[in-house]
Amino acid sequence: MSDQADKAGTTVAKPPPWNDPFVRSIFFQVVAIGLLGYFFYSIFDNTLSNMAKSGVSTGFAFLTREAGFGILMSLIEYDETHTYGRTFFVGLLNTAIVAFCGIILATILGFVIGIARLSNNWLVSKLATVYIEIIRNIPLLLQIIFWSVAVLQALPDPQNSIKYGESFFLNNRGLFLPKPIFEDGFGLVTIAFLVAIAAIVYIKRWARQRQEQSGDQFPVFLTSVALITGLPLLVFLAMGMPISWEYSALERFSFVGGSNIIPEFMALLWALTMYTAAFIAEIVRSGIQAVSHGQTEAARALGLRNGPTLRLVIIPQAMRVIIPPLTSQYLNLTKNSSLATAIGYPDLVSVFMGTTLNQTGQAVEIVAMTMAVYLTFSLGISAIMNWYNKRVALVER
Amino acid sequence: MQNTAPQETTETQKAGIIQMIGVHKWYGEFHVLKDINLLVDQGERIVICGPSGSGKSTLIRCINRLEEHQQGQIIVDSVELTSDLKHIEQIRREVGMCFQHFNLFPHLTVLENLTLAPIWVRKVPKAEAEEIGMKYLERVKIPDQAQKFPGQLSGGQQQRVAIARSLCMNPNIMLFDEPTSALDPEMIKEVLDTMIELAETGMTMICVTHEMGFAKTVANRVIFMDEGQIVEENEPNEFFDNPQHERTKLFLSQILAH
Ligand SMILES: Nc1ncnc2c1ncn2[C@@H]1O[C@H](COP(=O)(O)OP(=O)(O)O)[C@@H](O)[C@H]1O
Ligand SMILES: [Mg+2]
Repeated sequence: MSDQADKAGTTVAKPPPWNDPFVRSIFFQVVAIGLLGYFFYSIFDNTLSNMAKSGVSTGFAFLTREAGFGILMSLIEYDETHTYGRTFFVGLLNTAIVAFCGIILATILGFVIGIARLSNNWLVSKLATVYIEIIRNIPLLLQIIFWSVAVLQALPDPQNSIKYGESFFLNNRGLFLPKPIFEDGFGLVTIAFLVAIAAIVYIKRWARQRQEQSGDQFPVFLTSVALITGLPLLVFLAMGMPISWEYSALERFSFVGGSNIIPEFMALLWALTMYTAAFIAEIVRSGIQAVSHGQTEAARALGLRNGPTLRLVIIPQAMRVIIPPLTSQYLNLTKNSSLATAIGYPDLVSVFMGTTLNQTGQAVEIVAMTMAVYLTFSLGISAIMNWYNKRVALVER
Repeated sequence: MQNTAPQETTETQKAGIIQMIGVHKWYGEFHVLKDINLLVDQGERIVICGPSGSGKSTLIRCINRLEEHQQGQIIVDSVELTSDLKHIEQIRREVGMCFQHFNLFPHLTVLENLTLAPIWVRKVPKAEAEEIGMKYLERVKIPDQAQKFPGQLSGGQQQRVAIARSLCMNPNIMLFDEPTSALDPEMIKEVLDTMIELAETGMTMICVTHEMGFAKTVANRVIFMDEGQIVEENEPNEFFDNPQHERTKLFLSQILAH
């Protein structure tokens, strides 16, 4: 007895290593990593030797060869004489642009519908419910094809375009818009924009200091909006509007000049936005509902108005619940954009893992590169959202 | 602050800081408040008791319009409560409220809980708001918890923070809705002591509670409610020793049985 008490008094007795939870966990982790490493090594080794046997060349030399095929839409200069390397970037950018636009639009639409679902107005909340229930229960691929067919086939041919003035044309080849051409002096407008941003940062600091000293609140948000639109606009007008537009025009059977948004892009973006927005709406609704009604009541009882109550009490708490699932919706949208292949939108999977792979046969390199792109996008989105989560969400405990 | 209409004198204000005249309220078909008439003078301390579901919470929540009444008049500090948002805001600034479940803001520190309303409603400079906040935290005897989050405090401490939070708005009237009924027995006393100290400052208080000791110590009047009506109303000793109505007797025998 006294012996044991002595031991306990100095240090806690150590169990034998095979019973020590710490030693055990290290051991199992080392074993797991070893097995995983061996698994991947054997796959890799096996594939390479198979490819060598069937005479497929390996390595990344193919990226510098001429592609020899055209792509429907590219954000950078591209034609069939460019290399496979460039094809990769065209596909990557096409995926990035549709994912980026989709995330922004789906977030806006999702928040609007999510809040609408909580509305006291019977019709508004029922409409939001119906939207959510219909959209999220139909497979995305079906929706993409539906919008593609609906958009492509419902639109008139170029001769009978739906037009707005002589500058916007909508037909089954896409939406044709004037293309801006920046002239001398536009640089100043950009500078004005940057100055406005700097001013906003300064005003925010100043407003906080003033509040701490005098208690007065300053309408920072409205001032910021005014500054960021007003200042560049003013410079723009003062410089004599240093921008001109290249208009699209109908030549024989098609439009030339201006910029063109292809219908495949519109259909894909529209379907991805609608679909993801339905899920985001549910996330937003449950996030707001997760904040107990007592919080609103406490804020009201203190005399806070609806605006500050939402901004200072409800949203910060709802965000804690909203952000993690919102992040996974963003990731889903990005990955779902690869369904583009079904309607011929030239995204990364379609041009690189499709056409390029067919032409070169270098499956391992191409699949690896494509996977690396999606992985990078996903990790990037996660990193941004985690950073945002840390900043905005809860510092509780 | 300037919520007194100019023609009102201090006399009338003192004599009926809260006036409920023929108040009725329905939740859909359910008649929850039936012809409530209640006059509360400045500095008076009222305890409301009654069985669960009798409408006690609804009654006091009508006073700062967390619930709206459908018939009758409620006048607080000479301002009549209508759907006029301006009046509602004005009254909520003057009337503090503490809830059964505290309803502290979990994402803000204790001190931030206290300064939020002064900063955003009263437009007090931050440093000054923090000074006020610390003053009231000292009043409720937990200044050392200022930088913690509500989730790190005990229930009794949380309720005291909630009381301090209301006091930071410098209210004329305090409403309490069963402030101790979610607390473990050993914490009830610290909250009641805080409330007794508050009563000693002359604060007008309406308190829904079944703490009979508290009622006897501080209340000027005890009100018994049942099924949406005020059944009986008397000064505390008379109320407990000599209840008039059968329903009151039954209720008192039930709560004293514990
Ligand atoms: N929002 C509401 N909708 C419908 N009925 C309600 C609502 N709030 C309370 N009630 C009902 O009104 C009655 C009185 O409630 P309440 O004032 O909370 O009673 P008490 O506080 O005396 O227990 C109860 O029967 C309750 O079910
Ligand atoms: Mg109640």
